[in-house]
Amino acid sequence: MTRINNFFEAFGAGVIMTWRAFAMLPAAPRILKRIAEQGFLIGYTSMPIIAILCFFIGSVLAIQAGISLREFGAKEFIGALVGASMARELGPVMVAIILAGRVGSAVTAELASMRVNSEIDALTTMNIPPERLLVLPRLLAVILVMPVLTMMANLVGWFGGAIVCEYVDFIGLSANEFFRNLQAYMKFSDVTDGLIKAEIFGIVVMIISCNTGLRTRGGPREIGLAVTKAVVLSLIAILTLDYFITKLLA
Amino acid sequence: MASPRKSCIQREDRSPASVNVDGLSKTYGQQEVLRDVSFKVEPGEIFVIMGPSGSGKSVLLRHIAGLEVPTRGALDINGLSPTEPETRNQFALALVFQSGALLNSLSVYNNLSLYPHEHQLCSKKEIHDRVMRALQILSIEHAAKKMPAELSGGMRKRVAIARALVMEPQLMLYDEPTSELDPIMAATIAEIIATLREEYAVTSIVVSHDRDLSLTIADRVALMQNGQIHSIAPPAEYRQATDPLITEFLNPQINLQNPRFKTLEATS
Repeated sequence: MTRINNFFEAFGAGVIMTWRAFAMLPAAPRILKRIAEQGFLIGYTSMPIIAILCFFIGSVLAIQAGISLREFGAKEFIGALVGASMARELGPVMVAIILAGRVGSAVTAELASMRVNSEIDALTTMNIPPERLLVLPRLLAVILVMPVLTMMANLVGWFGGAIVCEYVDFIGLSANEFFRNLQAYMKFSDVTDGLIKAEIFGIVVMIISCNTGLRTRGGPREIGLAVTKAVVLSLIAILTLDYFITKLLA
Repeated sequence: MASPRKSCIQREDRSPASVNVDGLSKTYGQQEVLRDVSFKVEPGEIFVIMGPSGSGKSVLLRHIAGLEVPTRGALDINGLSPTEPETRNQFALALVFQSGALLNSLSVYNNLSLYPHEHQLCSKKEIHDRVMRALQILSIEHAAKKMPAELSGGMRKRVAIARALVMEPQLMLYDEPTSELDPIMAATIAEIIATLREEYAVTSIVVSHDRDLSLTIADRVALMQNGQIHSIAPPAEYRQATDPLITEFLNPQINLQNPRFKTLEATS
């Protein structure tokens, strides 16, 4: 019972925190520098790991597709399969998972240590809402960078698939044919649906990370627990939401 | 009382705040940390709360700062609830935390300029002047560009006091302002607390173990014991007190023949 109560308490606190943060949107022009800083931390520094992971995800997809499709003599459809899988599913999900593990954990640790060290209390006594100073810049930054990261993930994944098709002998499909097929069968909505997913995942991961951090009480042990909790909750939220958004967009 | 200095921070009412605590109790789970605490702090007064560790002083201060909600009883600042942001805004309530509570991601300068900058109270030039003056008062102008992680405990405390000075508070709360400071800096802090009343017309509530600070600058001293107020009196009365609890707290004797911890071991 206590666990259920705690869950709903945390959920309610997250809703209130998000409401308060977005209610401070008129202050956004004053926090442009903070948004840019967070954009750099969330976006730019995540690019290398996203590029490496998505390159190999695209490559593996192409190999697996090649193995299955050659049985049916349909290897020319590898481009469409890799293209749609990356854009609709793997691009947004992988970016969100990396965001949760790499950025979300850091955000939770930072805000939790600020809470434990009374920095949040100091802001409260100065009448500076933590939602404006700490939450809003991160939410706006994640909204801005998620489409960029997801597009980059898609492009790198497609490129990985094309390289595999070109150089793996048993597939025997040129990169040009791969991209021709990708272009022919993919719809613009495949990409936009993926970007919508990525935006929702990004916002949810950031809300969970900020809320878990700000609600932390105790000491160093609780900071560690809060980080684990935020990452696990984010991963559950990403995969659960993925199902419902996919169904909604289908 | 001298009139407050000319400032870019505009407030309707610049008179020092009064604090009224009435039957305040606080319980965490099964533990009652504060029990029926009542007192009134007059405008412009320096009110020191002393007491042994764990007697509830800091929790009481957090209630006055509006960071905690009492389980029972009431607390107001000039008749207004301290948990309301409007109250904190009206009186620019400043709390100097025991740890300093500086924002570790900001430089010392940015920590000090945060309040006027975030509330858009002054121009950049005015903010700069105010920050540098506060740093000069605390003799830490050389630390302006440093990050909090580069500072010693004592320096962090001085920066925290400087941050509070920049706010021009009408109610200033100090949690152990002289802990971790050398005797000269502790004396400087005591002088600053006393001078602030003259310069900014501020009411000060100080939680401290420092007997010298308490009995030198306080108008009245409250002694807390087990979450309750044991006594409230001017410092002169404490110096002449015969109550064993007060004399033991103010003048503890180091007894090497019969150490206290051995007595405690025997009774437990």
